[in-house]
Amino acid sequence: MDNPYLPYPVRIEEITIETEDRNIKSFRVVFLNPEDEERFSYRPGQFAELSVAGTGECPIGIASSPTESGYLLFTVNKAGLVTSQLHNMQEGDVMGVRGPLGNYYPLDEMEGKNVVLIGGGFAFTTLRSTLVYMLAPENRDRFEEISVVYGARDEGMLLYKSELAAWLLRSDIQLHITVDCSDDPFCQYHIGFVPGITEQKITSAENSVAIICGPPIMIKFTQPILEKVGFLPEDIIMSLENRMKCGIGMCGRCNVGADYVCKEGPILTLAKLNTLPKEY
Amino acid sequence: MHMLKIEKKDFSDFLNRLKDSYRLYGPVRKDDIVDFVPIEGVSDIDLSFQNSRLSPKSLFLPQSERMFEYGLDCAGDDAHILKEASKDYSPRAVIGIRPCDAKALELVDANFDTPEFRDPWWVKARETTTLVGLGCTSPCSTCFCTTVGGGPFDDAGLDVLLTEINDAFLARVLTAKGEKLIKDANTFEPAEEELVQKATAIEQEAGGKIVSKVDTSRLAEIDTLALHGADFWEDVQFACINCGICTYLCPTCWCFDIQDETHGRVGCRMRNWDSCMFPLFTLHASGHNPRGQKIQRVRQRFMHKLKYYVDTYKMGVACVGCGRCVQHCPVNIDIRQVCRLMNEYRTEVS
Repeated sequence: MDNPYLPYPVRIEEITIETEDRNIKSFRVVFLNPEDEERFSYRPGQFAELSVAGTGECPIGIASSPTESGYLLFTVNKAGLVTSQLHNMQEGDVMGVRGPLGNYYPLDEMEGKNVVLIGGGFAFTTLRSTLVYMLAPENRDRFEEISVVYGARDEGMLLYKSELAAWLLRSDIQLHITVDCSDDPFCQYHIGFVPGITEQKITSAENSVAIICGPPIMIKFTQPILEKVGFLPEDIIMSLENRMKCGIGMCGRCNVGADYVCKEGPILTLAKLNTLPKEY
Repeated sequence: MHMLKIEKKDFSDFLNRLKDSYRLYGPVRKDDIVDFVPIEGVSDIDLSFQNSRLSPKSLFLPQSERMFEYGLDCAGDDAHILKEASKDYSPRAVIGIRPCDAKALELVDANFDTPEFRDPWWVKARETTTLVGLGCTSPCSTCFCTTVGGGPFDDAGLDVLLTEINDAFLARVLTAKGEKLIKDANTFEPAEEELVQKATAIEQEAGGKIVSKVDTSRLAEIDTLALHGADFWEDVQFACINCGICTYLCPTCWCFDIQDETHGRVGCRMRNWDSCMFPLFTLHASGHNPRGQKIQRVRQRFMHKLKYYVDTYKMGVACVGCGRCVQHCPVNIDIRQVCRLMNEYRTEVS
């Protein structure tokens, strides 16, 4: 019997400090046993439990895309016990990864549609996975127009800056980057909050699906804008977070109504969320 | 189904023979509290108990359980790599478990043994354990098993069911595991028809002694959001002090926490019982807490048992009517009363 609580051992290959405040780092990890990589077959939107022996586990969205083989990428904000310990680790250290866990963005059902990705702050991780997946040569034709609104507090807080620069040059996606404020008079990004930029840039819901991932305050003000443009609750997709331990629907804490965020989620449509208590 | 019997005077012999092939657990009275613990023989156990203080769930989901072990010494090849902690999964027999507690194990199976994932420790403990149940001839005043799908002689989840009749026990052998145990013990003889009739009379009488009832008939049809938003939760939660005794005693409460415990350069990953009554249960690292208020936590417990479980598994409520929470709640919150409020809840529209 497979033990769903047993992490796969991985080695930290590369650590990137993503943000100016050094509070967000990306960890590129490789499996110690190549056969574990095959067993870890994942889709954009899924998460994993990162395990640090002696400290514990924490659930983190997978930031790499299945189209990038040989490693996994996790972008981690330093917040609690395990994430703080992770931030103290170094390249070459051994840790564990348990997963993939949860459901995923319904990308197969989004084929032939316009896709709108809206992300804020450090919640851009599984959106990066989604974007990299959709932009892969074998997948790009499966989707119509791809629009992205991504916002952060300021330039220094944007994740994946070199990739953002490369995506800005591409003609097959509309990438709208915004920062809340900037003291740089030549700031190359939009200035303003995500909901405002969404209102300016996303003007049609025709044959479109939107994925929103960000802090509650961003979601609260972006959701009505999408609904005003004509997005149906079935076509607004969110990724939820709740405190988790087991990640497999057994330990009992991450439920929203009868659904466990770790198992029936974390990806839920607004239509589904409208039927559930607001316990997230 | 086999009907067998054993004289009480032979019970000691029965347990002694079982000891050769099973680790034995039974109800042991200590300081007036009965609990299920390892036993050596018949002199350890007390079969006159009404029910144990704690349910025997801890034999399958220990209050603290080692999951993995690890070393942190970087010199070793396997430093920081978790290894499954070794445990004894040789055959066990639990003697004298009450039917409600056996049924509870079946309800909890739905959580730990799923099509997607199987909890290895729960599943192994269940597979290697044979349950010899003891029917309840004198139920407690707080028992309400008969209206939540069970009964004082219900055989759900059991491998053998014993009915006490004066100086003997009638044994119903219910499963292959039960057959094996009876064969290994080799101390039972066929029960005569008269004994079976006597047993039936005793069982019916016991059922009649359970006067406490709940009605769960409408729970499935009531809208989750409406029930969640009902105004009676304010009253239900008012006296609650979030002590968690209800979840601690409940045979169907399975929630757990996972924690690493390190001593020097070695340690183990543990799982410990946890409780939805505690604010830490759902506290995010950011400080946000989706169930930070007492009313949210109290509602969660009852919604989980009486609504979410009902909707998810279609196996009835996650309550077996053992009455432990009713007996031991320090502020007299009564699940029967809450069940009534929930079951009778009507929104203005409906």
